[in-house]
Amino acid sequence: MLRNLKNWFNGGTPWIWLNAGAVSISIIMVVGLLLLIAVRGLGHFWPAEIIEANYLNDDGSAKRLMGEVQTSETVTARYLRTAGVDLGENAQEEYHRYLIKVGNRDVGGQDFRWVMGHRLTNQHSPVDAVVIERREWGDMYGYLKAINHNNTQITDEQRLWPMMQELLQDSLNIHEQIRNIEKHDIGAINHQIERLRLEQRRLELDSEFDEKEKARLQVERDTLQQQYQLQQVKLTTLYTQFRQGDVSVQLADGQMINVSLANIVRAYKPNAMSVLQKTGFYFSKIWEFVSDEPREANTEGGIFPAIFGTVMMVILMTVFVTPFGVIAAVYLREYAKQGALTRMVRIAVNNLAGVPSIVYGVFGLGFFVYFLGGNIDQLFFEEALPSPTMGTPGILWASLTLALLTVPVVIVATEEGLARIPRSIHEGSLALGATKSETLWRTLLPMASPAMMTGLILAVARAAGEVAPLMLVGVVKLAPSLPLDENFPFLHLDRKFMHLGFHIFDVGFQSPNVEAARPLVYATAFLLVLVIAALNITAIMIRNRLREKYRALEG
Amino acid sequence: MATQNVMTHGVDMAALARDNEVTQNDEHDTCLQVKSLDLYYGDKRALKDISFDIPRGRVTAFIGPSGCGKSTLLRCFNRMNDLVANVRIEGDILLDGLDINSREVNVVELRRRVGMVFQKPNPFPKSIFENVAYGLRIQGVKNRSVIEDAVEKALKQSALWEEVKDRLHDNALGLSGGQQQRLVIARAVAIEPEVLLLDEPASALDPISTLKIEELIFELKERYTIVIVTHNMQQAARVSDYTAFMYMGELVEFDHTKKLFTNPRKKQTEDYITGRYG
Repeated sequence: MLRNLKNWFNGGTPWIWLNAGAVSISIIMVVGLLLLIAVRGLGHFWPAEIIEANYLNDDGSAKRLMGEVQTSETVTARYLRTAGVDLGENAQEEYHRYLIKVGNRDVGGQDFRWVMGHRLTNQHSPVDAVVIERREWGDMYGYLKAINHNNTQITDEQRLWPMMQELLQDSLNIHEQIRNIEKHDIGAINHQIERLRLEQRRLELDSEFDEKEKARLQVERDTLQQQYQLQQVKLTTLYTQFRQGDVSVQLADGQMINVSLANIVRAYKPNAMSVLQKTGFYFSKIWEFVSDEPREANTEGGIFPAIFGTVMMVILMTVFVTPFGVIAAVYLREYAKQGALTRMVRIAVNNLAGVPSIVYGVFGLGFFVYFLGGNIDQLFFEEALPSPTMGTPGILWASLTLALLTVPVVIVATEEGLARIPRSIHEGSLALGATKSETLWRTLLPMASPAMMTGLILAVARAAGEVAPLMLVGVVKLAPSLPLDENFPFLHLDRKFMHLGFHIFDVGFQSPNVEAARPLVYATAFLLVLVIAALNITAIMIRNRLREKYRALEG
Repeated sequence: MATQNVMTHGVDMAALARDNEVTQNDEHDTCLQVKSLDLYYGDKRALKDISFDIPRGRVTAFIGPSGCGKSTLLRCFNRMNDLVANVRIEGDILLDGLDINSREVNVVELRRRVGMVFQKPNPFPKSIFENVAYGLRIQGVKNRSVIEDAVEKALKQSALWEEVKDRLHDNALGLSGGQQQRLVIARAVAIEPEVLLLDEPASALDPISTLKIEELIFELKERYTIVIVTHNMQQAARVSDYTAFMYMGELVEFDHTKKLFTNPRKKQTEDYITGRYG
């Protein structure tokens, strides 16, 4: 028996089991994590059932409640007593309590409420219950009672709901037009006016601002002003149309509240929806999430600017880090005299990879933003001073900081790629009369390109998930405009940007409405994982193509 | 396998002997002249006072046991030893009277005149066409038809054209070992060097590929001065006109191949070629 066991050990079987077990646990944990954030995040967009019930308050008064049940939990009586809940004489051991999203923040002051299960009576799901998503004050739960439009009031229950959907659609269209004008047309005019202001300032600084220039600028400015007036008139008409009409909603407790149609994003009756309708609704919500801008302190709406900012920052980082890393690696490997100094440099490079990222953030702020940016402002953007152009955190400095953070990875990977190329290839090229640099360009670098891509993949994976340094050098909670738009010069490297990682932190921990934000944290985290995966898969596909092309390294 | 080789060796020897008789009679001018060459790896003296002349338009073979310095000597002719750290060379090597180790000589230019083929086939991971065109491209030849002609010519010279003409743009790594080695030779002759250095070109190949390489060397010697390093004495006897026997960094004997193999002057040479050691 003992002998068998000894044989079993010597045969190596336990180690195989141990390794297999470790791998399985890792896979299960990763899959479990992804499933958790996917379920928690994506479940949020499914239209929840609305319940209505009578609730006995602590002071004995009764109240009607309406809302979505978010979570339930079982707590002990002792815990509740400590929390100050009066349970009376004959208390049970344990109680159920529910977190209900009651909405109507403008009335009740808060969106969410914990209620004790045993005090809920007459609980049911009214078919007519309406959820109204508003631009301000969050969701509203109630019954639609009337529509006031064009000075007429409609209360006919049959016509009420279709009519509201129709009016809402109109109102959304107008909103879209207004947004377009404000963002694009007026945005472009403002951009031009600002450009003129800077031009004038420039001329003044160079003391070339004479009457002729003044007249020319004035003419241009007048044209822009006229265009602006035109847009303004359009806007005014649109706004008057937009602000017409409101709906009256009766809340659970009987209060009547009027909501302007302009303030409504979406209205639906979840209890009356079929599964198919719910599915359609679900996907429209997801689409809104990935394609729209955030509302309500980032707790509603979408996160498109954050996705865009993340991807763009990573791409810029790649553009900066690749040449730097590759050139450094080529020098270290092929040109530098191998000795104590190169060894020191290598150690330094490896240690750079271990420096905490926030330190890079501080460095980026001090060196890139204040020193480099400040000097660039003095030299090239004098007309805009005292307001800084480059001397303030922005996407350029953020991507440079991250490039610095990831350059060691690229150097190490490229060096290893160069080292793996057989000497014979090297010599073969030199023996044909190629110089060292010709050999490098024509043979070694193409052959090392899969390794460079490996380095880039690691760099992208690290950079896309990094948040701490970005908070110092360019990320903001809410960026008014994307770093890429239709105004010359299209790419605005000086602008601040939004980032998925920072968005998670901001929504989850800096938000005034934590309960509302929690599912968004999961959804954003899920999306961040997807974005990083997509970036990585792209890089891996490129690498595999290169590998196929340069598969000389065997043997 | 070994017996087979000896058999072919026996057959070839007769033909070779006749061949050599003819060549021995006419005088050849010198292509590469080695004058009291010493080479040190750090403190170790790897080549010791070597002097001899390599004739133009002939095949010269270096034989000798492993580590005797044949490859090191060969690599002196195109200054591949420059790539090795701590190498010191004393004495002269003259290519057509030009001291190749002097400061004025452009090493890139030298390597264009003295091509080299290595022991293991080392095609670049590019297409067959691009491999052969490599040398021309780095010389700055842009004209497509010039390059195409040169590639075809080089592949024909290295007896590879018929096998690869329909797949010139396939990856060279898809070729067999023997084809790869002939491709590498084609790559070297495409830039039309004067001297071709072959460093054990057939040692990694099977007998049939070896035979093909040897036939190729036979054809190439009309155009180029060929210097070949080989472990295989039969091979040296089959392909070369002159043979140098080296031992422990010294040139023991240099003579016409026929003479060296049939009637060596030194006892050491005789011991080696009769297989008593090495």
